[in-house]
Amino acid sequence: MTITVREVSKRFGNFVALDDVSVEAPAGSLTALLGPSGSGKSTLLRVIAGLEKPDSGKIFISDEEKTQTPAQKRGVGFVFQHYAAFKHMNVFENVAFGLKIRKRSKAEIRKRVSELLELVQLDGFANRYPAQLSGGQRQRMALARALAVQPEVLLLDEPFGALDARVRQELRGWLKRLHEEIEVTTILVTHDQEEAMEVADRIVLMNHGKIEQVGGPQDLYENPANEFVMGFIGPVNRLGDTFVRPHDVEIQLHEDGTTSEATVDHFVYLGFEVRVELTLSDGQQLWAQVTREEAWHLGLERGKTVHVRIGHSKVFGQSVEGSLPQS
Amino acid sequence: MIARLTLRTLALSYLALLLVFPVGVVFVRTFAEGVGPVWEAITRPDALHALWLTLLVAAIAVAGNTIFGVICAIVLVRHDFRGKALLNAVLDLPLAVSPVVVGLALLVVYGRTSLVGGWLAEAGIRVIFSAPGIILATIFVSLPFVVREVVPVLREIGTEQEQAATTLGASAFQTFRLVTLPAIRSGVAYGVVLTTARAIGEFGAVSIISGKLAGRTETLTIYVEDRFLHFDLVGCYTASVILALIAVMTLLLTNLFKPREEY
Amino acid sequence: MSHNTLDRARSIPGPTASKKQGSPLNRGVAIGYLSLIVLIPLAAVVWRSTDGGVEGFLQAISNPQALAALRLTLLASLVVVALNVVTGTLIAWVLVRDSFRGKGVVNAIIDLPFALPTIVAGLTLLALYGSESPLGLNVAYTKVSVGMALLFVTLPFVVRATQPVLLELDRGMEEASASLGASELQTFRRIILPNLLPAILSGAALGFARSIGEFGSVVLLTGNIPFETQVASVYIFGQVEGDNVTGAAAVSVLLLVISLLVLFAMSLLNRWGTRHDR
Repeated sequence: MTITVREVSKRFGNFVALDDVSVEAPAGSLTALLGPSGSGKSTLLRVIAGLEKPDSGKIFISDEEKTQTPAQKRGVGFVFQHYAAFKHMNVFENVAFGLKIRKRSKAEIRKRVSELLELVQLDGFANRYPAQLSGGQRQRMALARALAVQPEVLLLDEPFGALDARVRQELRGWLKRLHEEIEVTTILVTHDQEEAMEVADRIVLMNHGKIEQVGGPQDLYENPANEFVMGFIGPVNRLGDTFVRPHDVEIQLHEDGTTSEATVDHFVYLGFEVRVELTLSDGQQLWAQVTREEAWHLGLERGKTVHVRIGHSKVFGQSVEGSLPQS
Repeated sequence: MIARLTLRTLALSYLALLLVFPVGVVFVRTFAEGVGPVWEAITRPDALHALWLTLLVAAIAVAGNTIFGVICAIVLVRHDFRGKALLNAVLDLPLAVSPVVVGLALLVVYGRTSLVGGWLAEAGIRVIFSAPGIILATIFVSLPFVVREVVPVLREIGTEQEQAATTLGASAFQTFRLVTLPAIRSGVAYGVVLTTARAIGEFGAVSIISGKLAGRTETLTIYVEDRFLHFDLVGCYTASVILALIAVMTLLLTNLFKPREEY
Repeated sequence: MSHNTLDRARSIPGPTASKKQGSPLNRGVAIGYLSLIVLIPLAAVVWRSTDGGVEGFLQAISNPQALAALRLTLLASLVVVALNVVTGTLIAWVLVRDSFRGKGVVNAIIDLPFALPTIVAGLTLLALYGSESPLGLNVAYTKVSVGMALLFVTLPFVVRATQPVLLELDRGMEEASASLGASELQTFRRIILPNLLPAILSGAALGFARSIGEFGSVVLLTGNIPFETQVASVYIFGQVEGDNVTGAAAVSVLLLVISLLVLFAMSLLNRWGTRHDR
């Protein structure tokens, strides 16, 4: 069930939410729409779902054009950030809703709902009401509800945004495993790059209503198309026109002709890694990510003079190896 | 979108037929003969007296109910005591009681044949068929509005500001005057507007208790009925228009003060 | 003008306020004022209604004219309330979901029955629908006129009770319903209406309580014809004028009891309605 978005634009008053966006989500994939707030990712998802109408452009699901089809008839499952649970119905009735609308038999509904509740590990909760569930449980119920009608496509709008960190982690892994089992084309909207990297096999990075880059997590990290992508996907140091990842900043105690001198301003232990803030002899500042082993060997102290080499850096246009920053 | 237009048309037509057109017809009829007769009708002594009495009674009722309202709101929100639920329930009563029953109740308590009434009569105080009775009736029916509007405001602002004032040395009364009162201003204002409207519009209770003596104990609403029963349509409509204009002003003021959540 | 303010206020979680036991003066003033103005007079009515003993009371409320008035009042109020459920929900829906120029004015007009004196309300209806009607419609002095007056004065109740609930309704639920295949009508029936029902009913209950006691708007419009268009409040008035204060008190007590029952039912409704929010 490939999803194809072709030249879609949408504005709200003066605000351009989507600017001539074209992208594809291959059948069976788990694609993440990633970007900061206002990038247009939620709008795009809602346009695909039929909850918003684009000003121009077309939407195809499995090669059938669905641009004019209302949300009811698109066969998409949608999961909302704030669950949108039917609070006046219990868990069973929530999950059964889509089946009831399609007039399935009572027996069939009972069977399917039980299967789904088991799948999302909410068996035993059938008679509870959403108000009695935790956030994570509500979201799992919402997922079961969306999957009940066997949608061709599953759309999730920041599904873990309202949950606390630990639950978010759990559900991320759980979603990934679920996707492996169910294999429905899934699109996930998130502003959290770690989440996108962890869960998705394809990432569509958006900014200001446009697509910056599309690719797998490794692609985007190793070969960012521009400075926005590089900065969004991971931490980055900017030295003039050159961009360096903190873990590509190598620190050693002695100079060897390929290094520059630098002073340690500050360093913090963050468990496995240590973050070291440095000032180069030309006044530029950067920070390095070293392991605690390396930090221990270096005997770091504030004000200490060390020597720094850049392992790998990027200037947009080309990729440069091992050169030192020129100011 | 046809559905949306249909619904809108149905709703607006209903409102037009039930509310707007009837009021409109009265306005039109009042000025049908020009402003002259209307002015004459307004400036008649009985009419002026009725207007004056109505405003006086309303002013007293509003003053009393506002002071009571603020105190009662504080008691409800800031104090804990047994019987709070009962207090809440009693506050709802004036809205649930027919105005005629209110008039009857005052008649029973203060009428000359009752204990209290007899005793008051000896002291030379007349409640029934006189202004005090009208005032009591009006206070009764317009009682809950200030309380009900101040309570949620008071609840929402919490006690932190008041506590801060206390730690800075303010006495209880100073805290009330300088911190609490300004904070609940909007609730009080809205409540006052509602109270005034209800007070001015009171008819049923006053019908029973005032004796409807023209030029003496007629409020403006009673005057409207009186003119109608005397087939003086101009006088009747004129007084109605005055009341309707006050009502429209009330609507404007309530929209100014209303907490913005209902729309 | 929300009459659910107290109920809503009870459910607002304010910042943890320190509650005092203190200031018995305040409490005394509040309770004293209430007693003087409200409780004592009402208690006096109840007391007075027992003047003729049980038989006197029963006779007062079951004589033919009283019964006719009560029957008319209750039936008319029920019919009016049923109509209000439909029109009130419709108007609230249009005010919350639709947008058009002048909507603010329309929203303000809803409160007109609260602001306009009831006697004037009756007069306006008489002007448009009485013997001088420009529309040629004359319903004055008929049972229909009773209904019309009651419709006027109870209009705002369901509207104002429903508006805030409709405003706060989670639109996500409606979108979820659409994404699951439900048509707009199905979504309204299965998702929106069940969540609105408690508010609608509670507005209806308040309107009913108000309606059975209504006096000013019917006095000019209906002709107050005994056994035909005389409502309970007018009957009570007549009994007072005729010096039958005890009889009047008895019927008054009956009306009071009905009102209180309705209010009590409404508070139960409110609790039931918010059961899924807790």
